[in-house]
Amino acid sequence: MDELLRSVSQDQIKTDLPDFRTGDTVRVHYQVIEGDKVRVQIFEGTVIARRGGGIDETFMVRKISGGVGVERVFPLNSPRIAKIEVSRHGKVRRSKLFYLRKKTGRAARIKERRVYKK
Amino acid sequence: MSGIMARKLGMTRVFAEDGRAIPVTVLEAAPNPVVQVKTQETDGYSAVQVGYWPKKESRIHKPLKGHLDKAGAPPVSRLVEFPTPAEGVKAGDTFTVSMFIPGEKVNVTGLTKGKGFQGVVKRHGFSGFDATHGYHGKRIPGSIGQCATPGRVWKNKKMPGQCGNTKTTVKNLEIVQIDVEKNLLVIKGAVPGAKNGYLMVRKQIRRGGES
Repeated sequence: MDELLRSVSQDQIKTDLPDFRTGDTVRVHYQVIEGDKVRVQIFEGTVIARRGGGIDETFMVRKISGGVGVERVFPLNSPRIAKIEVSRHGKVRRSKLFYLRKKTGRAARIKERRVYKK
Repeated sequence: MSGIMARKLGMTRVFAEDGRAIPVTVLEAAPNPVVQVKTQETDGYSAVQVGYWPKKESRIHKPLKGHLDKAGAPPVSRLVEFPTPAEGVKAGDTFTVSMFIPGEKVNVTGLTKGKGFQGVVKRHGFSGFDATHGYHGKRIPGSIGQCATPGRVWKNKKMPGQCGNTKTTVKNLEIVQIDVEKNLLVIKGAVPGAKNGYLMVRKQIRRGGES
């Protein structure tokens, strides 16, 4: 991408985000605006995709809510995202986990990835 | 009313204060030197001629160089005219992005991407026909007229032909931000043409007089 093009949104790119990848379980603290009140909603689930780069980067979180699969796409650099917490690191062998949509219960599990601090 | 010539850099997004993502097009508008001010008395109409697309001095022909030197303008390869702004200009001035303010609406004119000779479905948005039920003419235009009356095809009938590569204006695009240092214009929405294409960004005429 053009250097000048990138410079437009450079200062909106977040630098304080935790390092997370596809397969990790995250808690997304998302600000919901109701009238003039701001409330923080937490969406917890598995990251099944990350795509795009720079300011355009988004990630997709999938969770099972009331027996129904729910997926949400968040723009990574959105100011509405107050915080992202990584609650579990997952060990997966591909970058997009769309196969999880067809799996349920025990088959939809993801192995834990050990993270060693440097 | 006035404007500036700019180069399309591409599209990206910016986030508004309330968190909405705004799709934007980024244009680079290097300062446009004013080459000539045309007036009613001397030219029969009033306009400002500005240059754009800098070029090596050795690459421009002498008549153009003489014309540019008269205004003390740097070597440019192309000239374009805008209506004279109300505040007045003189030859040798420059038009820069600082003539716009964020929130202002502009019209953007440019050449659309050429798509070559295309059928009616792509060129005019015809619906086409069933892909199934044993029908074979999926993307043909169908009937192009009536019977013995009028006995001919109407003029301007939508038919296959050259699609794209036409001059198009998109109106009422909002300026989201400007960067005077880098000469950038950030405009909400899409503008015609490919990256690196040249575009004319024009201020709008306010009702009840020019601005």
